[in-house]
Amino acid sequence: MPIDKIFKDDASEEKGERARMASFIGAMAVADLVKSTLGPKGMDKILQSTGRGHSVTVTNDGATILKSLHIDNPAAKVLVDISKVQDDEVGDGTTSVVVLAGELLREAEKLVTSKIHPMTIIAGYRMAAECAREALLKRVMDNKENAEKFRSDLMKIAMTTLCSKILSQDKEHFAEMAVDAIFRLKGSTNLESIQIIKKPGGSLRDSFLDEGFILDKKIGIGQPKRIENAKILVANTAMDTDKVKIYGARVRVDSMTKVAEIEGAEKEKMKDKVNKILAHGINCFVNRQLIYNFPEELFADAGVLAIEHADFEGIERLGLVTGGEIASTFDNPESVKLGHCKLIEEIMIGEDKLIHFSGVAMGQACSIVLRGASHHVLDEAERSLHDALCVLSQTVNDSRVLLGGGWPEMVMAKEVDELARKTAGKKSHAIEAFSRALVAIPTTIADNAGLDSAELVAQLRAKHHNEGCNAGIDVISGAVGDMEERGIYEAFKVKQAVLLSATEAAEMILRVDEIITCAPRRREDRM
Amino acid sequence: MALAFDEFGRPFIILREQDQKTRLRGIDAQKANIAAGKAVARILRSSLGPKGMDKMLQGPDGDVTISNDGATILEQMDVDNQIAKLMVELSRSQDYEIGDGTTGVVVMAGALLEQAERQLDRGIHPIRIAEGYETASRVAVEHLERIAQKFEFDVNNYEPLVQTCMTTLSSKIVNRCKRSLAEIAVKAVLAVADLERRDVNLDLIKVEGKVGGKLEDTELIYGILVDKDMSHPQMPKQIEDAHIAILTCPFEPPKPKTKHKVDIDTVEKFETLRKQEQQYFDEMVQKCKDVGATLVICQWGFDDEANHLLMHRNLPAVRWVGGVELELIAIATGGRIVPRFQELTPEKLGKAGMVREKSFGTTKERMLYIEHCANSKAVTIFIRGGNKMMIEETKRSIHDALCVARNLIRNNSIVYGGGAAEITCSLAVDAAADKYPGVEQYAIRAFAEALDSVPMALAENSGLQPIETLSAVKSQQIKENIPFYGIDCNDVGTNDMREQNVFETLIGKQQQILLATQVVKMILKIDDVISNSEY
Repeated sequence: MPIDKIFKDDASEEKGERARMASFIGAMAVADLVKSTLGPKGMDKILQSTGRGHSVTVTNDGATILKSLHIDNPAAKVLVDISKVQDDEVGDGTTSVVVLAGELLREAEKLVTSKIHPMTIIAGYRMAAECAREALLKRVMDNKENAEKFRSDLMKIAMTTLCSKILSQDKEHFAEMAVDAIFRLKGSTNLESIQIIKKPGGSLRDSFLDEGFILDKKIGIGQPKRIENAKILVANTAMDTDKVKIYGARVRVDSMTKVAEIEGAEKEKMKDKVNKILAHGINCFVNRQLIYNFPEELFADAGVLAIEHADFEGIERLGLVTGGEIASTFDNPESVKLGHCKLIEEIMIGEDKLIHFSGVAMGQACSIVLRGASHHVLDEAERSLHDALCVLSQTVNDSRVLLGGGWPEMVMAKEVDELARKTAGKKSHAIEAFSRALVAIPTTIADNAGLDSAELVAQLRAKHHNEGCNAGIDVISGAVGDMEERGIYEAFKVKQAVLLSATEAAEMILRVDEIITCAPRRREDRM
Repeated sequence: MALAFDEFGRPFIILREQDQKTRLRGIDAQKANIAAGKAVARILRSSLGPKGMDKMLQGPDGDVTISNDGATILEQMDVDNQIAKLMVELSRSQDYEIGDGTTGVVVMAGALLEQAERQLDRGIHPIRIAEGYETASRVAVEHLERIAQKFEFDVNNYEPLVQTCMTTLSSKIVNRCKRSLAEIAVKAVLAVADLERRDVNLDLIKVEGKVGGKLEDTELIYGILVDKDMSHPQMPKQIEDAHIAILTCPFEPPKPKTKHKVDIDTVEKFETLRKQEQQYFDEMVQKCKDVGATLVICQWGFDDEANHLLMHRNLPAVRWVGGVELELIAIATGGRIVPRFQELTPEKLGKAGMVREKSFGTTKERMLYIEHCANSKAVTIFIRGGNKMMIEETKRSIHDALCVARNLIRNNSIVYGGGAAEITCSLAVDAAADKYPGVEQYAIRAFAEALDSVPMALAENSGLQPIETLSAVKSQQIKENIPFYGIDCNDVGTNDMREQNVFETLIGKQQQILLATQVVKMILKIDDVISNSEY
């Protein structure tokens, strides 16, 4: 009697060794894919979407690359997932986390083939990860007390992050910009209040951080182009035909005159509303929704600048910078908080007109205008800047920093190696493997820069044998150098997240001994 | 295929579309069913115990789940075979009833089926086997009752509870921080437990997860966590000593249920309607304000105008809060859910010491903490973890731990884990077998053998020699007549489960044996399978 199949038709089941192989290979393939983007000399990838227009993205950002891949291998999906989380949580290190997880699995594969049980490997990895974290904690620097030093730390971190990206040419310029922007946030991690405006044209060097706030909108015709000492009302209200919200109401008329009357009443209503708004004593009105021609005309008559269609985030940011509240009813003008700014004017960037609010009261939000040769460049610049901003905002909260350039990996590898020597039993093999996986990161950085990685890493290891050494790989000169002198810093939080997420992911994949793929859901025929 | 024939040898058609059905009868049917049941059990066998492996499941939409929890694996497996579905049901009912031991129950059932197959080959009638199993399971359950120990704990001394939860968690991926998670689970259960009535309402414990951070950041919040933010970005982010109005009516003009139409045909009507509308919003906000609410939590959305009025009157509000959360908030804050503005009274407001909004990570994710509630019965466990799968798996593990803690509060008898309970049951059943005359004796012995398969699987998964280890432990149990010896899965160096602090709840174990026996009985009783053939 054959065993009845217990799954549906298209489902498949893989067991034991085969399942493990499938997941190892999938995960390693993904890691290898992004491996070449690691480090300051990492290469970029072109991604072409299969959607309409075959739009092209050029990027160096691990998370962006992995997000756009359509992956079928379940283990590979785990890696994509951790990279995404890394992006959400700390913003940088998205490539490192995948590469490290891939290396951990590569080492694990070797151990599995030499008949070490996955559970033993996991136990070893856990011990090693804990030890590595301790090693990092011992060597962190914290300059929170010293504001000037802290700022220079931030600058260095920003430059380290940016140097692997397209912005590396002007990294000082951009690092300055990013640090300034972060200081304006005053400790908040809400990056929403930093607006990035991309305008093609000019060169990357022309990008700038604006003290005030820029709204990518045009000023209505016939309205003042320049307002000094502006009083701004930020609103979210319907300024088209203000519909009756009572359910079931409809207009039923029996003659043309009645239509005209109702229309008149409607206009009257709108006029009332506009008058109420004007009663706030404002000279600038920004609405999230559409403003019809009629009210716009009324505003123009009153000499008020009316801006329509500012999207929701724009409104929120404007509320933040000018200190005004977002209003939807206008019956009691005396108690509505208005926003203030010194000057509103229309400015030209490239060929586009934008509205510029300067001399704002609160200043918790700011705008960064990016210029660049093409959309691709701008998109990539935005992503890079976003990475830098994320890392900086996290560092402001957790001010511990480390050196970069493969230094933390070497420090960890050394400690982990020592642990391996002390540990009895099969686990020590796994711990040793962990340290090998850590060393793979400086190796990859060197490889990507076209350097002799074997030589460099060996030198590095020798140097790290001394206590308190600051050596790392200096990709620019192609030799081992002092990272502190070179000013290559990384945030502790990023490194820690890389270490822990990668170990967690590797562990998760290692624990699997069976893959069951369900039958794909049948698409309804849409024809 | 045909069942009956007339005098000319033509078959009578008894089943509709008879030729399109396949039919298995008699011993073949039983064999096929047993094979299917065994196949399911075999999948789960390697997940058993602290060193059990995980399964990776790819769902129909390509989503990936990694789990070690028997119930989850079976649920996601999407099986097609009828008997396999029975096994899925089996693990699910263990999950509902006890919450833990979902893998064990399936492995147990698989072992029973395997033994039954052997008995069938001997020519024993399936019903006799079923009866023998029934008798044996009674013996085993009674024996468990005898060896069970009372297990003392109280609100201040919850260490024993933590130990038990740690046993449960040790088989999951979260065993890295099993200590802290177990403590969280126990504290959560104790916070909501009614120790007088020995009852725990698990609905009061909400388990929320958010991707990011690390497992160590998981925390227990004495209050409610809502995945929402304030309806207006400029509302205050922190409210102390909040009086909460919990509403299920929208801040929108009323929508009468009866069909109606308001016809506007004159300017006057248009004007009055407009006035009316403004009044509505004003009244709504005023009513909330009048009763002294300092926070409004609403199940529905707000109109833009109402939203601004709320903000303007300095009345923070949260919108689109789900029904379940709303109930939890109401329970925790001691408030009443109010379906109409007219019915708002100060007594119906909920009270909380602190409500605050907290943001996470670099994306704009905010959550609302409602803490220090008037009636702090509801708690939330907030899980952080590296990725979505990790969080899901942690949620399931925490659920198991919560269930175990609850079971202990309900009934504080325990038996020892690590296969110890199964081994002693096996010995007891084996001894009892000889007292039964008749064919059942064989079935009872088979039951004893099946019980051995759980510790066997444990040993196998831990990389030990299964037969060697099992026989050593067994002889040790008999020699010293102590039922605490089990499989040393964690390589600690002792077989004494008391020292290792590995125990399970008595009801959980009993339930496992009873449920597995029932399902096996059911499968054995099937002697005819009629199914639609594929084409």
